[in-house]
Amino acid sequence: MIEQPQMVKICNIKDETPNVKTFFFEFTGHYDPGQFIMVWIPLNDEKPFTLSYINGNIAGITVLRRGDFTKTLHAKKIGDQIGIRGPYGKGYGLSEKSVTTCIVGGGIGMASIACLADRQENATFIQGARTVTELLFRHRFKEMKLCTDDGSLGYKGTTVDLLRELIGKHNYQKIYACGPEKMLHKIFELCSEHHIDCEVSVERYIKCGFGICGQCDCSGQRICIDGPVFNKEDLRNMPDFGKTAITKSGSRVSL
Amino acid sequence: MNGKMAGISLSVNLCNIRLSNPTVLASGILGTTRALLKRVADNGAGAVTIKSVSKEQREGHKNPTVITYEAGMLNAVGYSNPGVDAARSEFYNLEDIGAPVIASIIGTCTDDFVEVAEGLSESGFSAIEIPLSCPHTPGFGLLSGQGTPEATYEIISAVRRKTNLPIFVKISPNVPEITTIAKAAEDAGASAITAVNSMGPGMIINIESKKPVLGFKVGGVTGDALRPIAVRCVYDIYKAIKIPVIGVGGISTGRHAIEMIMAGAAAIGIGTGVYTRGIDVFSKVCAEMKQWLMENGYNNINDIVGIAHD
Repeated sequence: MIEQPQMVKICNIKDETPNVKTFFFEFTGHYDPGQFIMVWIPLNDEKPFTLSYINGNIAGITVLRRGDFTKTLHAKKIGDQIGIRGPYGKGYGLSEKSVTTCIVGGGIGMASIACLADRQENATFIQGARTVTELLFRHRFKEMKLCTDDGSLGYKGTTVDLLRELIGKHNYQKIYACGPEKMLHKIFELCSEHHIDCEVSVERYIKCGFGICGQCDCSGQRICIDGPVFNKEDLRNMPDFGKTAITKSGSRVSL
Repeated sequence: MNGKMAGISLSVNLCNIRLSNPTVLASGILGTTRALLKRVADNGAGAVTIKSVSKEQREGHKNPTVITYEAGMLNAVGYSNPGVDAARSEFYNLEDIGAPVIASIIGTCTDDFVEVAEGLSESGFSAIEIPLSCPHTPGFGLLSGQGTPEATYEIISAVRRKTNLPIFVKISPNVPEITTIAKAAEDAGASAITAVNSMGPGMIINIESKKPVLGFKVGGVTGDALRPIAVRCVYDIYKAIKIPVIGVGGISTGRHAIEMIMAGAAAIGIGTGVYTRGIDVFSKVCAEMKQWLMENGYNNINDIVGIAHD
């Protein structure tokens, strides 16, 4: 295999929220929900994104405008090209239909978990955002339970608060989550307490994407190749999870 | 492993450091955290090297920083590292790693090298590696003239005066006569030569976007493409100096390792091989070396060091 970007044409762009857009392009090959691709803008930078849509041979990435790279990406038009390589990493493991599951997405973490929600049958789906205008994919997943920190729509509170209530009523056997690491860590603790299996997607600064540079370390696990999705047993042996992260320079910072 | 293979010794003594086998994690690969060093040691490495540390924190080059092609890999990470003070807190209790740990230090001037070496002197490293040969980071290595015999002598002498640890000097294959650099390092008090750093730099252009792929446009070339050059360099250096040579460049199998050792390497570095064969490349290479030694009537790896020479 050759780890180099291939140029693809942006064939559609969808405004999801004032700060979030989805870019669609042709994509063929096997993809497990939760895996990521590296997206390259020549002479600018390259960043990891999970595919948030797959429909036949068209895939999409859902991008929050946050820094220089995403600002440049947001300025792209239909017909412009971006480079992609991958997919990389280990995605979510789908559960049998008979398993009662709950999928939790927080903020832009929704992008990672949307394709799982497409494929996982018989799952409760919770989305949390700070406020109503930041909620994603409301028409795509009509049954989704919504929470907002400010109570502007749905449950007032965090996804963790809602999940805690739902665990009391339903007998979830498996919980999937992607979102801010503090949220993921609380869900991991909740699952440990209630003996529920879980898989969460962990984010770090990615450089190579194929397990050689060591930049995305989390307690000896390489997010890019050993993850980004880890289960409860993996996370138990990752003391850095929820606590510290390695930045672009290799400095360790508290989360 | 059968009984016969169990009797074959891969252990080597490198500058009075005992390595359970000659495989060494090359600098710049996975050496960012203590936890990763431990994992590499658990996967069979005889010694591990940290990612190079400078006086101040560095973000390095923009992505893409590492890409591969048909014959190997190109990288221009640009010496991202947290700086010497943060590195000191990251790399602690090194005796629990399970293999000797080598510090790699970089600087933009002689005083920086000395300062970083002193900054890491109490951390329990088994040796200090000094690369004077990076082909793709302004201010360091080849791009700041550190690869000449004169600069090599000056930097290594200065660090030698300040530390009792073994010093490995990592040199570039991009010179017409590599032995002059190796000799300058030896004369300055180096304990071993690490040969070689990546070659080039090289460039890969994406023809659809019509732009170089690497963020820094150019990057050091490693992997299979580098191996014959590295073997020749080690062969030449082994003849020219008395201190040991650590052979690095394109080694991903036991046969590659045996070849490098026959050229004169006392130990062998593995970098790109972590990509081609996985993080357990170290134990794989060791098993393959043992197999070859057994099939060829040897029971000690040290018996074939430099055997390719007349």
